[in-house]
Amino acid sequence: MLYAILSTFLVAAFAPTIHRLTGRTSGWVLGLLPAGLFVYFLSFLPAVSSGESIVLAWPWLPGLDIQLSFLVDGLSLLFALLISGIGFFIVTYAGRYLEKDRDLGRFYVILLAFMGSMLGLVLADNLIAMFVFWELTSITSYLLIGYNHENADARKYALQGLFVTVGGGLAMLAGVIMLAMAGGSYEISEILSNGDVVREHALYLPLLFLILLGAFTKSAQVPFHFWLPRAMAAPTPVSAYLHSATMVKAGIYLLARLNPSLGGTDVWFTTLVLVGSVTMFTGVFLAYRSTGVKKVLAYSTVMALGTLTMLIGIGTETALMAAMAFLLAHSLYKGALFMVAGILDHEAGAKDFLQTGGLRSTLPVTAAFTVLAALSLGGVIPLFGFVAKELMLEAVLGAPGLVGILTLLAVLTAILGVAVAAIVGIRPWFGPKTDTPKTPQHDAPVAMLAGPAVLASLGLIFGLGPGLADEGLINAAAASVQGAPVDGYLSLWHGLNWPLAISAFSLLAGGILYWRWEQARRALAWVDRAAEYGPEKGYFKMMDGLVWLSEWQTRVLQNGYLRYYVIVIVVVTAGLVGVTAQLFEVGVGSLNLERLKVHEIAILAVLVASTLFAVLTRSRLGAVAALGSLGFTVALVYVLYSAADVGITQVLVETLTVILLVLVLFRLPGFLNLSSTALRLRDAGIALVMGGMITLLILSTVDARLFDSISQYFIDESVPSGYGRNIVNVVLVDFRALDTLGEIFVLALAAIGVYAMLRFRAEDRR
Amino acid sequence: MNMHSLILRTAGHFLLPLLLLFSVFLLLRGHDEPGGGFIGGLVAAAAILLYLFSMDTESARKVLRVDPRDLLGAGMVLAVISAIPGVFRGQAFFTAQWWEFTAPIFGEMKLSTVLIFDIGVYLVVIGSVLTIMLNLAEAED
Repeated sequence: MLYAILSTFLVAAFAPTIHRLTGRTSGWVLGLLPAGLFVYFLSFLPAVSSGESIVLAWPWLPGLDIQLSFLVDGLSLLFALLISGIGFFIVTYAGRYLEKDRDLGRFYVILLAFMGSMLGLVLADNLIAMFVFWELTSITSYLLIGYNHENADARKYALQGLFVTVGGGLAMLAGVIMLAMAGGSYEISEILSNGDVVREHALYLPLLFLILLGAFTKSAQVPFHFWLPRAMAAPTPVSAYLHSATMVKAGIYLLARLNPSLGGTDVWFTTLVLVGSVTMFTGVFLAYRSTGVKKVLAYSTVMALGTLTMLIGIGTETALMAAMAFLLAHSLYKGALFMVAGILDHEAGAKDFLQTGGLRSTLPVTAAFTVLAALSLGGVIPLFGFVAKELMLEAVLGAPGLVGILTLLAVLTAILGVAVAAIVGIRPWFGPKTDTPKTPQHDAPVAMLAGPAVLASLGLIFGLGPGLADEGLINAAAASVQGAPVDGYLSLWHGLNWPLAISAFSLLAGGILYWRWEQARRALAWVDRAAEYGPEKGYFKMMDGLVWLSEWQTRVLQNGYLRYYVIVIVVVTAGLVGVTAQLFEVGVGSLNLERLKVHEIAILAVLVASTLFAVLTRSRLGAVAALGSLGFTVALVYVLYSAADVGITQVLVETLTVILLVLVLFRLPGFLNLSSTALRLRDAGIALVMGGMITLLILSTVDARLFDSISQYFIDESVPSGYGRNIVNVVLVDFRALDTLGEIFVLALAAIGVYAMLRFRAEDRR
Repeated sequence: MNMHSLILRTAGHFLLPLLLLFSVFLLLRGHDEPGGGFIGGLVAAAAILLYLFSMDTESARKVLRVDPRDLLGAGMVLAVISAIPGVFRGQAFFTAQWWEFTAPIFGEMKLSTVLIFDIGVYLVVIGSVLTIMLNLAEAED
């Protein structure tokens, strides 16, 4: 399992090379990877459909209780099969669709890395591992949406998708950590069996809302739905993959995954059902009044995501069955339809439904499979979409509450859904021939037709034989969402009942809506004006605010004057320490001055004298020399108290500092104007405050001892564990080696920084 | 920068090898006696700086042979490498590994990843001090 996921990243790394070697056939060659993974995941099917769930684990960061563990059950297997199966068609399709693109190699890299992240996300059993994969999908999808990076819009909307999903991801991280605290484990499989504990926990509400925020942003629920249609700036294969079958379903996956431990409460039900149903209606409504091919499809994806959220929220057995069936149906027809959108663009140059019409004669095969997929989208018998929709309506009618609102929204959605399906399935293919921007010469190539053909046909096969999907996986998937075995089953014919009546009515009403599409769009023109005040406006306002804030704080804090930096650092430090000392009533110890020896007094006198000289002198060089003498005297103090290493270091550092300062001072002009008396008084005040605070701190540590000193441990362990008698060195290079590594890293970084500054100055002058 | 002092120049020529040798001595004895990579690195850097003051930046670079920036990279790499062997023996990252053996002439010797780490520290210290100092001195010319 680990190797299966790693293999996608490994192949991704070599994808450009493979692409260069294989040229035009690279799509098929790279398609072998997802195809192989699909077969590998199929091998789990017999065990999983008989109700087993398999956990595979590798230790990762054992100290932090993080392990790389994978959970294969109905839900994760369903997702893994969809990701790898549709992934195969996407890779082969992209190989032909982007054939002439010079960056196709780079495209494969990101696409395969995305596939790997997505697989990791749905298969991970550890919450932290899942979160890492979750963020990886956000980052790789950002790169995919912004693939046409020379296009300003693509960059802008890629960033928008990133901010919305990563912002939600951040909330989710907090939620996930709280969930682990409440559930007592980072392993999802253990948390799921601890549902009651989690639901009773004091953190239940905050963690629920944080996790929901993550899921809702990722799955484009209202009010975060705006990023999804914008993400259509991506090349079509990406839209087909990310925004129909995988990425946006990650949020749905999370909800379904955590349903056994988080679900079943009133908050869960109300939030999910309301957000889901509103999203469902908003999506289908916006889809109906759009004309762009990808836009219509994107909004209908929003509808599907809302439906899934609502069904998981309803949470009855029928609802969960419906959710899993609908998930499968939607992935199949939406993957197919997006690939068709790419064909329309590729062959006919059409990006808008208004530009199309009568293409049936020139693109006959594409037309046939589009109609098949659109029938599934519309929920027409005998397609799998019908099975899912019937079950959905049944679940809505049997919901434990809010039945009235839900039914109303579901019926409206069904009607508009039929109209949208008609727009996709009828408009481009039938009716009078319209002049498309490009006249199609031939039907799409095999690599581009394979995906729509297979996916649309599967919709028909599963529709005619729902038992095939049911016994295979849907049942097991619904069982893992419910956390208990499921009795229900899928069937094409439920008899004459309410759902069937609603379906029939929606077909009729949807047909009328399609017939009056032109008029309806004109009547709905006000939506555009209303959308100006929508959530996307809020997003842009927020981004502007962020930029303004960072400009402001850069102006104030990064003002470029060293003296102000020093003042801020000193004052803040002294203030914080002072307040803390006040709060904890730190006492000041007493000094015993009787044992002071003559040579100690002499050293003290030198210290005071050099300090005074440094402060009072008017010569820079004099001040530097005085500081040097101060440093050497301090080194003497170290040596007196037998800290030889520290003493040596102090001498050396002091020497180098003086040299450094002399080198720098050489470059400065002489003192032109000295600070005014007021400024000098201010500086003196600040210096006294800092010095006074340090003195008080030292006095307070003289006899206060809050913790046992750990130096005894180092003294005891230095020779037996560190094999060295120089304790300072053993601490530096063995006991605390990681700290030292960090320090030398900082040292190297500082040197590079100074180097860069000096070089840039030199180049500016030239 | 050139001090134009004959005495300093002559002394610099003789002191440089002695100081470098002393820095290596400090580095190697560091585990048991005062010394170590940090101190050794500072002494070595000071030695090159003394040479720089007695001659000029060009000859200082020449006597160093490598660009101090490369020392930074080499030191970091060594320090990170020293952390790895423990992992292969099933221990935590950065667990020190020791090899004791008896060599002719020298008698009993201790080699360890700790020493490799200390050499890394030594190189980074020399590299960073000299990167800053040499460039500052050159910027002045």
